[in-house]
Amino acid sequence: MVAQLTKPERQECIVIVLAVLALGAILAIAGIRDPLGVHGLLIVALCLGALLYLLNRYNDPEPTGDRSTVYYDDPTRVGIAFTMVWAIFGMFMGVWVAAQLAWPELEFGQAWSGFGRLRPSHTTGVIFGFGGNALIATSFHVVQRTSRARLAGNVSPWFVLFGYNLFCILAVTGYFMGITQSKEYAEPEWYADIWLVVVWVTYLILYLRTLARRKEPHIYVSNWYYLAFIVVVAMLHIVNNIAVPVSLGSAKSYIVWAGVQDAMIQWWYGHNAVAFFLTAGFLAMLYYYLPKRANRPIFSYRLSILGFWGITFFYMWAGSHHLHYTALPHWVQTLGVTFSVMLLVPSWASAGNALMTLRGAWHKVRDDATLRFMVVAAIFYGLTTFEGSFMAIRPVNALSHYTDWTVGHVHAGALGWVALITFGSLYTVVPSLWKRSGMYSNKLVEVHFWLSLAGTLIYVFAMWNSGIVQGLMWRTYTEGNTLAYSFVDTLVAMYPYYIARTLGGLLFLIGAIVATYNIYMTAKRGPVADEDRADTPILVASDPQPTPAE
Amino acid sequence: MDIDHGTLVAFSKSWGLFYLIAMAIAVCIYTFWPRNRKKFTDAKNSILRKDDRP
Repeated sequence: MVAQLTKPERQECIVIVLAVLALGAILAIAGIRDPLGVHGLLIVALCLGALLYLLNRYNDPEPTGDRSTVYYDDPTRVGIAFTMVWAIFGMFMGVWVAAQLAWPELEFGQAWSGFGRLRPSHTTGVIFGFGGNALIATSFHVVQRTSRARLAGNVSPWFVLFGYNLFCILAVTGYFMGITQSKEYAEPEWYADIWLVVVWVTYLILYLRTLARRKEPHIYVSNWYYLAFIVVVAMLHIVNNIAVPVSLGSAKSYIVWAGVQDAMIQWWYGHNAVAFFLTAGFLAMLYYYLPKRANRPIFSYRLSILGFWGITFFYMWAGSHHLHYTALPHWVQTLGVTFSVMLLVPSWASAGNALMTLRGAWHKVRDDATLRFMVVAAIFYGLTTFEGSFMAIRPVNALSHYTDWTVGHVHAGALGWVALITFGSLYTVVPSLWKRSGMYSNKLVEVHFWLSLAGTLIYVFAMWNSGIVQGLMWRTYTEGNTLAYSFVDTLVAMYPYYIARTLGGLLFLIGAIVATYNIYMTAKRGPVADEDRADTPILVASDPQPTPAE
Repeated sequence: MDIDHGTLVAFSKSWGLFYLIAMAIAVCIYTFWPRNRKKFTDAKNSILRKDDRP
């Protein structure tokens, strides 16, 4: 990690680590009688580890030659490692909480392992740990390639990567101790939130400065999506987390917004987190890695621009569909419905653009599991955005809201779209990053593909069934105008579906473990690439007959 | 003048509509402006060129 850093840059790293260590020590002392103190100590311990590493490597040979003539891929490599570690952690927690719903005794009677504390560790682990690291790692890779410029900094990419992971660790460990703001996808408390702002602003500046160095006249569309992701997430995060701590020695804070305004801001945040965290950045991957892997340009660049602005304009207004039939003014709910339905247009523009890119190349999809990951992701993106628009309509929402249908919808998006496009992108980028001619095992990529697809389908179908059954049972009346089913009756009806979803999630988790092993082995001893072809995709145009399963 | 709920609703229901339509028109003009065609074609092909060095 320090190999490409000069002595002054290594000193800079040490100063930053010492500064964070000091902040951690302040938290530890101020919060000595509070869970905050535990987090302070955790920060101190992590910083001591980092310091030890940096001092150990301080006298390693410095880089020679002009670094601006090579891309800086070390942060991407480490980012991919983090991505896979978080994938396994987050998906394991998902399987665990899914199993708890079927077999509640898996709570083991401990406070930290109750459903309420484990569930956010699953959502944070997969969305921010797995998704966020994948976004940061690939954005560093894509911005350099599309700009034909090296990252505008040698220390700041590490600060962004490690700073972001520190945030994720504080978030997840906090949940086990009961530290939470109880706002969905925004659970971490005030000190972690402030830290994320610092990290995120550094990320934005790094990204903009790299773009400013570009040698290409036009900024490729993937960078627009990554930038929208960075800028909008900063805006959402700050507005939704304006909170006042009880005291500087307490982890607990209170949000400044009240009542229905708080609810609206939370879901303006929550739905745009889906839009700009779980969609925009992953569309950036789609628009770069899919053409790259298929070795043909995107079907329509103009369509990609219209799609981009459509998504950024429309998504902002869709959040209120989470608050149908609440105290939120009716016209705001209707606004959310309208924009949610309109969103179908730019969403299908992107999904269609991806699929049309492959016209005349479908034999590659048959033969190449990596490309198939991305194609299935685009199909799930199209399906999920259709479903989302549909579920946002008030009468449909009356049936679907608070049921497992919502959970099925989210997982069709998260497993089918977000995770599959990530795995497709990783399998595309990993061989070139470690100068390999291909993945360690193409068979394992194939295994991973079928595990993921089977897991996603089982999960989503289980939740569709379960959700609709649940929704219908809740609204069934007897002739005497009383509810026909008690809540426990609905739980009994859910039981087989809960077992099925656990199985679906387990298959997906096994797939992620297979992928991690394959990526690790590729990095350690994959087939070595010819120097000239180090960075070209494996499926090159001159390849007349791609071998099966490549 | 008091800025109350009604004022904000009136503003967002009128100007909110206009500025979104204006931005949509601006984006369409940018996208379909004939002189931009070459730039976009170059951009979509640029990522397929060899990319192992800046």
